[in-house]
Amino acid sequence: MGLAAAFWVMAVFAVAAALLVVSLRNIFRTALALIVCFIAVAGLYITLSADFLAAAQILVYVGAISVLIILAIMMTREVRQGNPANRPLKLPVLAVAVVLLGLLVYVVVASPWQVSGTPPLAPTTGPLSRLLFGSQGYVLATEICAVLILAAILGAIVLAKEKEE
Amino acid sequence: MLAGYGLIGLFFIAVLIFSLALVVIPVVLRYLGIVPARPGGVKQSVFECGMETIGRTWVQFNFRYYYYALVFLALDVLFIFLYPWAMKLRELGAYGLTAAFILVLIVIIGYVYAWKKKALEWK
Repeated sequence: MGLAAAFWVMAVFAVAAALLVVSLRNIFRTALALIVCFIAVAGLYITLSADFLAAAQILVYVGAISVLIILAIMMTREVRQGNPANRPLKLPVLAVAVVLLGLLVYVVVASPWQVSGTPPLAPTTGPLSRLLFGSQGYVLATEICAVLILAAILGAIVLAKEKEE
Repeated sequence: MLAGYGLIGLFFIAVLIFSLALVVIPVVLRYLGIVPARPGGVKQSVFECGMETIGRTWVQFNFRYYYYALVFLALDVLFIFLYPWAMKLRELGAYGLTAAFILVLIVIIGYVYAWKKKALEWK
């Protein structure tokens, strides 16, 4: 009961914030609305008993990615000018968004979701650590993730590097 | 376990009410005529907000900050991996320690590259 209430509160917050992101004219405010959306999604993770994922969401999305977005806004353009309008694209974008939403809703409604009978783990961090670093776990996948982070760092530096010479 | 998070939800509700009340109470008092509306130069001045800015408030940040944000993001994701390992340090033992060491070593290559490319240098 409380869980359902929490889910709906988070869902309303997330959807409202997402609508603000696409409808506000000031691009800086859209970034702030995006942070609210991230926090609401973290709340949704908590209602799904995924506490570690929620903490990761707060830490990475709210803490780092939003900073990255705000920094990018403040570095690239005059903030007061607001959003650049994409007027010629409005109708095609609307069509694509409606089709995508319809597809997603159809898949969510039509899929035969299988609900596991086992109760969710609480807290999830311990079992996760055994899966990530334990001798019975998926250590190779973890190390490949490190390679992915490495590729991200290298790519970021290569892409963001000023071409001076 | 979820009850603990319910407390966080209560905290958020309290924050919302508090911050809304701070805005609404002066407006209501003004509307009821309890607080007289006498705007003046001193009353409307910005106080306790630091120095008044010279020129425009929205300044363009130095591009260099972006490297730090990018590199910090990668570090953040690395910590997401290291945190569960640190939680169960004793249980995972030498095997987990080696795995975490290799993990950090791989990511450090990226930082060495950033260092060599002078991406972290302040010119």
